[in-house]
Amino acid sequence: MSQRPVDRESPDRLYTVTGGRTLGDEDPFDLVSLIVSERDPGPGMQSEHARILGSCRGPMAVVEISATLELPISVVKVLLRDLLDTGSITVRHPSRYLPHPVMAQLPDRETLKQVLVGLQKL
Amino acid sequence: MPEKALPEKALPDTASQGLKIVIVGGFGVGKTTMVKSVSEIQPLSTEEIMTQAGVGIDDASTVRSKNTTTVAFDFGRISLDEYRILYLFGAPGQERFWFLWDQLFAGSLGAVVLVDTRRLQDSWYAIDRLEFHQMPFVVAVNRFEGPEPALEKVRGALSLADDIPLVDCDARRRESCKNALITLVSHLAHLSGQSTAWETTS
Repeated sequence: MSQRPVDRESPDRLYTVTGGRTLGDEDPFDLVSLIVSERDPGPGMQSEHARILGSCRGPMAVVEISATLELPISVVKVLLRDLLDTGSITVRHPSRYLPHPVMAQLPDRETLKQVLVGLQKL
Repeated sequence: MPEKALPEKALPDTASQGLKIVIVGGFGVGKTTMVKSVSEIQPLSTEEIMTQAGVGIDDASTVRSKNTTTVAFDFGRISLDEYRILYLFGAPGQERFWFLWDQLFAGSLGAVVLVDTRRLQDSWYAIDRLEFHQMPFVVAVNRFEGPEPALEKVRGALSLADDIPLVDCDARRRESCKNALITLVSHLAHLSGQSTAWETTS
């Protein structure tokens, strides 16, 4: 576990990547929403958008994209929103996802059962 | 900057249900070790921006601020079946990282609080917050130096209610970490008022 309390990523570079935008309250992505590309990267596309499309030919979680691109999660979410708006990606949200997260919510019976089955195979 | 390698294994096209379990604990307690023991991929590191005040970014101006502080955390992955993918996050338990907790815990199955018996006080705040938010959790004692102190002493030292499962866990050992995760999921079944009689033995 590392904490980097120093200038790590140039703020200007992050600003350039997102154009200064954030998702604010309109965040439609969970950390484990699975992203799937619906098109190939195109010419003239912003390079970060192209990299996401190239990475997500198979489903990939928001956190995995963030780790692969080495960009902060909030920056990745802005990029994903761009791609979602143009129909370039589809998103598979966790069934337990709510726009305004409820902190504690017990899972349904079937999910619990299948999680146990999966863990016992480890 | 060289591009980091993609995760070793891509998910199948059928993957559709992301799930989360959060491993909480102080620095150096063994969270990443535990993630690594059960993860099907090498643990990856990701980060989020925090403002100087310690809350998440809420407007574009903070991204432009002179000092961008990011908090990094590690995660791993277990494909439970062709649809369900479980992500394990190693989350710092310190108060100043709490801005991350909403994202980490939203819709999650719950937490494993990994404690070091030499630094139990590192866990108090996290346990307090989990109880306040009624987030299901179990406590795992990271054992790397023998069986003392006994679990019941740890329970007393943490003032842990009797209905919160407390287990030993060697974060380096897959079977031990697997057991801690199963303890959490079994606890969830109990909380749901369901008997675990339907647990499948494979």
